[in-house]
Amino acid sequence: MQYIPNILFVIALVAGIGYFTMNIRKIIRNIRLGKDVDRSDNKRERFKNMAMIALGQSKMVRRPIAGILHVIVYLGFIIINIEVLEIIIDGIFGTHRIFAFLGGFYDFLIASFEILALLVLVSVILFWIRRNVINIRRFKTLKGWPKNDGNIILYFEVVLMALFLTMNAADLQLQELGADHYVKAGAYPVSQFIAPLFDGMTQGSLIILERTAWWLHILGILIFLNYLYFSKHLHILLAFPNTYYGALKPQGEFDNLEAVTNEVKLMMDPNADPFAAPTTEVEEEPEKFGASDVMDLNWAQLLNAYTCTECGRCTSECPANQTGKKLSPRKIMMDTRDRLKEVGDNIDKNGSFVDDGKQLLNDYITTEELWACTSCNACVEACPVSINPLSIIIDMRRYLVMEQSAAPTDLNNMMSNIENNGAPWPFNQMDRLNWNKE
Amino acid sequence: MSETIKVPTMAEYMAEGKTPEVLFWVGCAGSFDDRAKKITKAFVKLLHNANVDFAVLGTEESCTGDPAKRAGNEFLFQMQAVTNIEVMNAYEIKKVVTACPHCFNTLKNEYPVLGGDYEVMHHTQFLKSLLNEGKLTVAGGRFKGKRITFHDPCYLGRANKVYEAPRDLLTKLEVELVEMKRSKRNGLCCGAGGAQMFKEPEPGHKDVNIERTEDALETQPDIIAAGCPFCNTMMTDGVKNKEKEDSIAVMDVAELIANAQDL
Repeated sequence: MQYIPNILFVIALVAGIGYFTMNIRKIIRNIRLGKDVDRSDNKRERFKNMAMIALGQSKMVRRPIAGILHVIVYLGFIIINIEVLEIIIDGIFGTHRIFAFLGGFYDFLIASFEILALLVLVSVILFWIRRNVINIRRFKTLKGWPKNDGNIILYFEVVLMALFLTMNAADLQLQELGADHYVKAGAYPVSQFIAPLFDGMTQGSLIILERTAWWLHILGILIFLNYLYFSKHLHILLAFPNTYYGALKPQGEFDNLEAVTNEVKLMMDPNADPFAAPTTEVEEEPEKFGASDVMDLNWAQLLNAYTCTECGRCTSECPANQTGKKLSPRKIMMDTRDRLKEVGDNIDKNGSFVDDGKQLLNDYITTEELWACTSCNACVEACPVSINPLSIIIDMRRYLVMEQSAAPTDLNNMMSNIENNGAPWPFNQMDRLNWNKE
Repeated sequence: MSETIKVPTMAEYMAEGKTPEVLFWVGCAGSFDDRAKKITKAFVKLLHNANVDFAVLGTEESCTGDPAKRAGNEFLFQMQAVTNIEVMNAYEIKKVVTACPHCFNTLKNEYPVLGGDYEVMHHTQFLKSLLNEGKLTVAGGRFKGKRITFHDPCYLGRANKVYEAPRDLLTKLEVELVEMKRSKRNGLCCGAGGAQMFKEPEPGHKDVNIERTEDALETQPDIIAAGCPFCNTMMTDGVKNKEKEDSIAVMDVAELIANAQDL
């Protein structure tokens, strides 16, 4: 009978981690639906980027208020997780504060966790005010689920931190009462001010309070872990691979489509036989140019979509969005992820993807959004975790132009000018040097 | 201006069995746009003044393909690129300078994988190097003490991280260089990039160039300096829209240097 808590704990832990692992595998499978792109080069530089941008939060602090608050919550998240390690060991073996033998260092650890927990609590409340009270456009424009999702995560944090401090406060009372099992350990710079609230409670009620807070805290963490998959909050994990696999070339360099290069080379080759039979027996389906659905994007772009936490810094820097156009780089990323999830659910249901008559283009992202982009890279520069919405916009324009010939008329004129006379305007190439005579 | 400036072509150089030190890639705007042609001329004057051994492709030059690529027409882009690369490689070109950040970006970043590997410089970088080598003198002259704000072209700034060369040159003009609230990596686009130059904007409540011109006007400048023919057009239109064209000039960095010296 005395092992029931241990068994329940192990069951909760296995179920929590198991379900999360299952969902993470789905995400990996979905990301792999994307086309291949080689990001295995320059490992050193990639590690450096990950260390600076994800671990070091270098781009977050470019906006100091949100940046510093975020660093606090992030440090709290990472450092307080050391405490979770102790909780897990205690939970499995029925011990209490197993690391207490560390003595002075343990006091230091617990004290740091408490101070961080308080700072996290304050930061999260300020975040909530930023999201719901202050008129910040990038948050105000979020409606429905994305808005609720952002708030739910903040509530989670508040509850978890409150439980953690309550647990410590009750523990402190029990330590002072000299209760069995509750070793005297740790320093409690924050919860010592909560402890007096429990003055006069019996040892039995204090134990119930401490145990309840302890259990709700660890169950809350497991629920939060599993909530990630259903929310926009995966960036706490995916920011690391995403910054690692981010593009290293100059932002102005767009990839040169290899499929096009092969065709162009063939066209330019004077020795190529225009009537040559296809070299392969089976007629291959010619490669599609550009992207109309998520499967046409590469895996790095799909990883981008799962990494996006909808902060909206991209959209707030976008010149098209600021001047009232429909384009929002954040929406491009959210649409890509929503469609990818839909495709993933389709695969879960049918075993493999069955055409659902929908695609990313038009059903999610309209051509009006795509044509409003100035390709200025402000969104790419603004993203704190190296997401590139611009590359998706360009791939979708490629589909519109090369597969559908669906460019705006003005652009068609520009392109036929380039084709005919080597300039975007209708001037004769032979007049190219006339400027020096005028 | 009706005087003819001597501009050697690559074909002439080749006929003499010579290769110039650098190819000046004029670009479509620099060749055909009335406003941009003035920038081209100013830059050529500076090149002559510094005794730079240069040539242009003239009628053998063709669009780099940048607007086609940004519009999504990879096919047309690569046709243009391969054709241009054939011409440039035939002339054994090693170094290219251009006054257009779009040509600069495309030549520098997107031509190498297609077989066109050159040292490519934006004209502000090139002028800066001439200055460092002592071949070019930049002095205050008529712009001394003027308030000037520099608008970062996206394809020079964010796209290629060139922020200092144009500013260093302007500082040498002994002007009062004032920054807009959004500058360098946070610079706001003029609205022309991504092939927007060639089409009407999508519906919205404002044009991008107006938004950017407002940024510039906030600094109360005498001159808005640009480093891109398209930004130049957009900012000029913005200033006209605000009816400030009599008090505020939009000028390219090369024009400022050339005019300061009354070249």
